[in-house]
Amino acid sequence: MKPIAIAAIALTSFREAVRDKILYLLLFFGLLLIATSRVISWLTVGAEIKIIIDIGLAGVSIFGVLVSIFIGISIVHKEIEHKTIYTIIPKPIHRYQFILGKFAGLAITLLLNVIVMSAMLQIAIFLKTWSWNFPVFRACVLILFELLVIVSIAILFSSFSTPILSFLLTLMLYLIGHISYNLIGLAQKAPGTLLPILLKVLYYVLPNLENFNLKTAAVHNLPVPPGFVWASIQYGLLYTAVVLLLSITIFQKRDFS
Amino acid sequence: MDAISIRNLWKVFRSGFIPRRRTVLRGINLDVRQGEVFAFLGPNGAGKTTTIKTIVNLIRPTNGDVLIFGKKASTIDARRRIGFLPENPYFYQYLRPVEFLQFNADLCGLPRRVSRTRIPELLQLVGLGDRTQLPIRKFSKGMVQRLGMAQAMINDPDLLILDEPLSGLDPIGRKEFRDIILDLRDRGKTIFFSSHILQDAEMICHRAAILVNGEVRRIGTLEELTAQDIAGYEISIQGFDADRISGLGRIIATQDKTIFIQVSDQTGLDRALSEIPARGGQIQSVIPRRKTLEDVFMGEVQKKS
Ligand SMILES: Nc1ncnc2c1ncn2[C@@H]1O[C@H](COP(=O)(O)OP(=O)(O)OP(=O)(O)O)[C@@H](O)[C@H]1O
Ligand SMILES: [Mg+2]
Repeated sequence: MKPIAIAAIALTSFREAVRDKILYLLLFFGLLLIATSRVISWLTVGAEIKIIIDIGLAGVSIFGVLVSIFIGISIVHKEIEHKTIYTIIPKPIHRYQFILGKFAGLAITLLLNVIVMSAMLQIAIFLKTWSWNFPVFRACVLILFELLVIVSIAILFSSFSTPILSFLLTLMLYLIGHISYNLIGLAQKAPGTLLPILLKVLYYVLPNLENFNLKTAAVHNLPVPPGFVWASIQYGLLYTAVVLLLSITIFQKRDFS
Repeated sequence: MDAISIRNLWKVFRSGFIPRRRTVLRGINLDVRQGEVFAFLGPNGAGKTTTIKTIVNLIRPTNGDVLIFGKKASTIDARRRIGFLPENPYFYQYLRPVEFLQFNADLCGLPRRVSRTRIPELLQLVGLGDRTQLPIRKFSKGMVQRLGMAQAMINDPDLLILDEPLSGLDPIGRKEFRDIILDLRDRGKTIFFSSHILQDAEMICHRAAILVNGEVRRIGTLEELTAQDIAGYEISIQGFDADRISGLGRIIATQDKTIFIQVSDQTGLDRALSEIPARGGQIQSVIPRRKTLEDVFMGEVQKKS
């Protein structure tokens, strides 16, 4: 295995993502949202800092998700559509190296994205409290891992369906992912033997994105159970790895014509 | 060991929501020997690109085997020794030629020490030596084709697989590309290329195959393909009346005092050569009428399978 090939693919896909106007646009909106939260906090009395954190984290999360979905569904598809992949796959590389390279490029893009947006948020908070906010930092770290899960799902869908369908499917999974934790409760209450098993299977198959949600804890400065952050990171990495493996399996078999 | 060995290759595409089967390759057998320039000819839609894509691992065969220097085409070892130029190539628009070639060198795992000298050499060779700073999006069609050729040669491959390498090039570019191909051949490389332009193929290839409707109809050296049936000889005669030709050959044209006749074989030629002077005629020239590659090609395409 040649890590240099993966690095080369990652670098070009990072450069490509950075050149995408959509990235700047979403980044701009993210910054705008944080600015808005400042304005709102001037208009309200008392809970200003909570409002800044609430709106700011929502901005980091929503725009991060949009960037992940948009770039995730297009990054591999574009290579096939534009036939740039025709000179890559015949090179002495494994197909999985292509997928891993593409994913790595996107992961770096998202990392940069989250760093920039969360830095803006921290500055907004700093201007108010004259101190950095650790719970907000912690929430942003978990948002990043949520984005990795989403981007791997987007890559998976785009490896066998059209961009529009991939967009809808990924968005759907994102929304479901934030309520799927209810399934385990439902499974306990559900009648019969088959239904509880089915619900349980669904619970484990669907992403549980609430694992990455520390936004409320950051807003209200609530305590977080010890080990929660680390467990969430592990869950995110494992889920991402499994989804990437699925993409690779599909990619391994497909024709490019 | 052959450079490429294709055994009973079938490809059936399934496409659409309700899959429709479409058989594109029907049991292709093909051997390309080391060190030869091999032309892969056929009309539009014959399956040339599909065959080539299975050779370079872009398409998985439905049935059959493709071996490159004795190794399965799906292995990395096989692909280490090939360079590939796709048909109508398209590359990352925002890169500059040097960056693009560096990317390709990295994919091949070339050490920087090697790529640093090879990249400018290749750009020079394909005639892009003075365009190294222009982003690819500003390239003309011919320039893209030239860059495509450079990336195909980045790993100094023993086998070059070129899908319509001469398309999109002006006459000068075509000549330059033919020279590059001949130069590669002189360095012991094997070249397998597809083409519609038979004159170009005729100029550079040793052997050729004609693919029609997913089947290899003819394969052999240019001589074997064209000389198999010599179309006869054309004789031009002076000082002779057309009515005195009778029995010697078929008159194909008369021009001023010159008569052109055609004989179909060697015996006819011998007879004409002795009879015409005996009857008082003057032989001006004898031209053998070989079948051109185009005759053979058209013949195969028009034949019903
Ligand atoms: N993915 C696919 N699904 C269905 N049919 C396909 C697919 N790819 C190619 N074909 C069909 O296979 C046939 C052969 O195509 P191919 O591109 O190999 O021809 P070609 O000989 O390269 O033609 P040209 O000279 O025009 O480049 C065509 O009829 C094409 O429509
Ligand atoms: Mg073709």
